[in-house]
Amino acid sequence: MSEILVLIDHAEGAVKKPTYELLTLARRLGEPSAVFIGPADKASEATEKVKKYGAEKVYVVDDSEIKGYLVAPKAEVLQQLVEKASPDAVLIPSSFEGKEIAGRLAIKIESGLITDAVDVEEGPVTTQSVFAGNYTVKAKVTKGTPVITVKPNSATPEEAEGAAAVEEFAADISDAAKGAKVVASQPRKSTGRPELTDAAIVVSGGRGTGGEFGAIEEFADALGAAVGASRAAVDSGWIPHSFQIGQTGKTVSPQLYIANGISGAIQHRAGMQTSKTIVAVNKDEEAPIFELVDFGVVGDLHKVLPAATEQINERKG
Amino acid sequence: MNIVVCVKYVPDATGDRHFEDDKTVDRVGVDGLLSELDEYAVEQAIQIKEKAENPDDVEVTALTVGPESAVDAVRKALQMGADKGVHVQDDAIAGSDAIATSLVIAKAIEKLGSTDLVVCGMSSTDGSMSVVPAMLAERLELPQVTLASVIETQGDQVRIKRDSDSATDVIGATMPLVLSVTDQSGEARYPSFKGIMAAKKKPLDTLSLSDLGVESDQVGLSVAWTEVQETTERPPRTQGEIVTDEDGSGAKALTDFLASKKFI
Repeated sequence: MSEILVLIDHAEGAVKKPTYELLTLARRLGEPSAVFIGPADKASEATEKVKKYGAEKVYVVDDSEIKGYLVAPKAEVLQQLVEKASPDAVLIPSSFEGKEIAGRLAIKIESGLITDAVDVEEGPVTTQSVFAGNYTVKAKVTKGTPVITVKPNSATPEEAEGAAAVEEFAADISDAAKGAKVVASQPRKSTGRPELTDAAIVVSGGRGTGGEFGAIEEFADALGAAVGASRAAVDSGWIPHSFQIGQTGKTVSPQLYIANGISGAIQHRAGMQTSKTIVAVNKDEEAPIFELVDFGVVGDLHKVLPAATEQINERKG
Repeated sequence: MNIVVCVKYVPDATGDRHFEDDKTVDRVGVDGLLSELDEYAVEQAIQIKEKAENPDDVEVTALTVGPESAVDAVRKALQMGADKGVHVQDDAIAGSDAIATSLVIAKAIEKLGSTDLVVCGMSSTDGSMSVVPAMLAERLELPQVTLASVIETQGDQVRIKRDSDSATDVIGATMPLVLSVTDQSGEARYPSFKGIMAAKKKPLDTLSLSDLGVESDQVGLSVAWTEVQETTERPPRTQGEIVTDEDGSGAKALTDFLASKKFI
């Protein structure tokens, strides 16, 4: 069977969940070869993790020379790995960075590119959700080595022991790839809540919060949920942009999405319409969000949510 | 300094967007407009010009690739304050994927000559792939600084601020380069009456593929490197139960619903 390259999504060596989803999908297509571009001293830790999800090979690329140079060097690494391993496909996590790497890679290796797949089957045939979730599209790459970016939560990670044979790979990075550099970085404080894109439950707030997110956060914590926001709340400066759900923010597809004080404009729907169960709390019974919901409460979120939080905590005992 | 701002004419997201029989996006039978996310790119391009030491030495060119109606996107950019417009129009382009589109845009930018800054929006509002800026950088062999929320230029130096999940980064690079800006970069201006009148006198060139030295068999649906096999309209979600909160009944109903679905 041919290799399927899977770019490992990690933060300083800590492997993130979308990697396991990609490995699970890759096993449908061939033998997964995970690609670790990161600090050399974290490689063995990452290897142990991807081994559990069926990585037969792990290409380890030390990033000490290319760290801070953004996506261009990573695209060169993958290009050289494609030339070496002749894989049947390359799977990359569908983050903004992942899509940029994929875009550059596709041009370099003269291959077709599919972004934001929500499923990948044999072929490979991909499924995408387009036009704010109003259409489902099945597509395939017809030229070269398919480059496919896959959205988080597209598959349930399934464990399967792989050989995880480590191969150090020294990529040859051009000076041109080092044209843009991170010159300063301010880490964001962790909230301790699940990450928005992989959370099973998302509780979000919009204009209707009036800028008071306390009730949203406490309700989210009672459910073990991630906190999100509409663009209106972000534009008002109430919450950072990294919490924004919608066309220009994150796309989420959790088991349960609870929209509070969010009217449900098309741009917001684009980011949450594929959630399994949708619930809304809104004062305005005419709010378009109610057209989408499995359950809705017409009422003031500042009254409904604290009372519900209390009841949930009581039930949990 | 020469700035090229790439703009796309897209089907109105609030309208009825759909596919044609050949599974391409219907771009003719629907109301279109300048992609909202490209308005931010136009705004930032104009701001860079306005903040320059000698604004008259900075020329902003709005560039689009698309069918006849796509010229509206360029017109809007001219009304906002771009200096000239270029519309690449050729029947052979219809159905092109991002790979071919980026080729046409790159060739058009090369044709315009010494460009210092290529400015793009963060994503289109139709295809939403967000890959064209990276592809342009790859084709033009330029550095890319993308997804900027704050942009500062000084001479040929560019510094941007970008918010990622875990950090806020400052990224630096030297022109020429490809820049993309987010919707956090600042509200786009509305064209003034003066701007609308002035736009009518601004140069607007229409170019064909042969003007750019692109062969018609390099673009279009038939040579796309991806193939759409099937498009299915998603059935609308059926509305569930809606209750009105009266004296705490809403919270109880909500909790009961969540419990019935085993979320508690």
